[in-house]
Amino acid sequence: MGLLSKKDTKLITDPLADNNPITIQVLGICSALAITAELKASIVMSISVIFVLGVGNVVISLIRNIIPSKIRIIVQLVVVAALVIIVDQVLKAFAYELSKTLSVFVGLIITNCIIMGRFEAFALGNGPWRSFLDGIGNALGYGVILIIVGFFRELLGSGTLLGYPVLGNPIPGELSGLYALGYENNGFMLLSPMALIVVGIIIWVQRSKNKALIED
Amino acid sequence: MGLKSTLHNLKEKYKGTKMAPAFNALHTFLYLPNETTHNGTHIKVADDLKRTMNTVIMAMIPCLIFGMFNAGYQHFAALGTPVDFLSWDAFYIGLIKVLPLVIVSYGVGLGIEFLFAIIKGHEVEEGYLVTGMLVPLIVPIDTPLWMLAVAVVFGVVIGKEIFGGTGMNILNPALTIRAFLFFAYPTWMSGDKVWVHGAVARDKAIAAGENLDAISGETILGALAQGKETVYSVADMFYGFIPGSVGETSTLLILLGGLFLIFTKIGSWRIMLSSVLGAIVMGLIFNGLVNAEVISQGSKFYGLMSTPYWEHLLIGGFAFGTVFMATDPVTASQTNKGKWIYGFLIGFISIMIRVFNPAYPEGVMLAILLMNVFAPTIDHYVVQGNVKQRMKRLKVKNA
Repeated sequence: MGLLSKKDTKLITDPLADNNPITIQVLGICSALAITAELKASIVMSISVIFVLGVGNVVISLIRNIIPSKIRIIVQLVVVAALVIIVDQVLKAFAYELSKTLSVFVGLIITNCIIMGRFEAFALGNGPWRSFLDGIGNALGYGVILIIVGFFRELLGSGTLLGYPVLGNPIPGELSGLYALGYENNGFMLLSPMALIVVGIIIWVQRSKNKALIED
Repeated sequence: MGLKSTLHNLKEKYKGTKMAPAFNALHTFLYLPNETTHNGTHIKVADDLKRTMNTVIMAMIPCLIFGMFNAGYQHFAALGTPVDFLSWDAFYIGLIKVLPLVIVSYGVGLGIEFLFAIIKGHEVEEGYLVTGMLVPLIVPIDTPLWMLAVAVVFGVVIGKEIFGGTGMNILNPALTIRAFLFFAYPTWMSGDKVWVHGAVARDKAIAAGENLDAISGETILGALAQGKETVYSVADMFYGFIPGSVGETSTLLILLGGLFLIFTKIGSWRIMLSSVLGAIVMGLIFNGLVNAEVISQGSKFYGLMSTPYWEHLLIGGFAFGTVFMATDPVTASQTNKGKWIYGFLIGFISIMIRVFNPAYPEGVMLAILLMNVFAPTIDHYVVQGNVKQRMKRLKVKNA
């Protein structure tokens, strides 16, 4: 890797696995539960967070030396809010249906703990380039989990992937694919508790593969 | 060479290998082991955990047999060609429908238990023996076997194994399995079509254009929730000649099973009694509201609220849940005072959910699961209260 030094690469790869914001730091759970019933929503949410966290980290890092530390939380909120409004407006303009599915959760990116967490923990103490990588890395780590959860919930809950029916036609009278054999969609997968359980299973698998991650 | 020594030799042969737990489990399931302890004094009782579990299963066998007869009886009654309750025709339908449920439940559940024991290298735990018998008794007769298998995998892995196996689980595994089925496949677990064998298939045939009469077998709770009159007499409810999940219809046999559990000191009479008390109190409150004309006849809750409080004890899964599932020693409260509170709230909340839940007129499953979660909290405060009381006594003495 000529582009990135070893240390910089770690900024991106660490949050993808061994320091994942969702499965290891257990941040950003709310949106992971709320919007993962469809794969498409998960993907859009991930992209939004990548944009907000990547740009936000850079902005905070650039102005980190001139923010009075007493009001830094407010300043951080203003930065996230501005970015989230951009995302929200773009979604409303180009993907109106999807923005309805995501509803308040786009706005609630502001309260996503991962974002404020990275501002506080990283951007306030590091330069713009490294902050950018850190932001992208953490948002990617968040996105990976969201997409895994969204994949399983949509596949098992609705029998579709990105809206495309992969398991056959479930409409009575014209059954095909797996449904003709008596298979039925699992309605539990569409409810939020199941998202928590799927995240839990990912945590279980991850920690049994890498025992060093197990806390006491 | 007898079976015991064969098993013993097999066990010795596999000792130390990964398969050892599987053979140990089989050995101790059938016989008491020959091993004795080598030092110290040990008190030995005749009934170990496996014997305890088997006693509970024995208490449930009458419900299972009755469920088989009832399955066929309800099937033919719904078809309009009634047969005698104690007839071979009725039993045969029940047998071929219920036996697969039992086999799938035990096969899948024990398979997972063995698998986890082998992977984790501990002994096979006995917990599934009772769960495996409970599960077929609390599902509708036509539940597809693959759904049951999926639910059992979920219930045993997520409900029990990840907490550390038998004895460590927070929620009753059998109810976790049923709750999973209910939320995942609601069309197979509620409504007026699932309780009688053949009703769903008949419905599908009609949808496909065949000229048949629909058969329906609504549960009493289902009918009452919609404000309809029920066609079953109180005697039917008590003896169990009503549609419902496989083994929960006969209050009489459940009562006998409960007495057997109390007599053998395996089930807690405190939980059973307080749960019935809780249900009666809630029922009386609802009856009182109706008598005081707070609830008008037009209200959608009128049907179930005006049901006499004692009838609530006979219908639905209340009796079965109280006797066989609320008393699960792992997930119930452990302290005596805690058991009274725990049981009372189960009864109280069961009837409350039963009346107010529009989607699903049965509350005992959700009430027990909810109280399972609270059982450790109840115990904590009971113990703390005890400690406080004794501290006070100590202070008075010292003063």
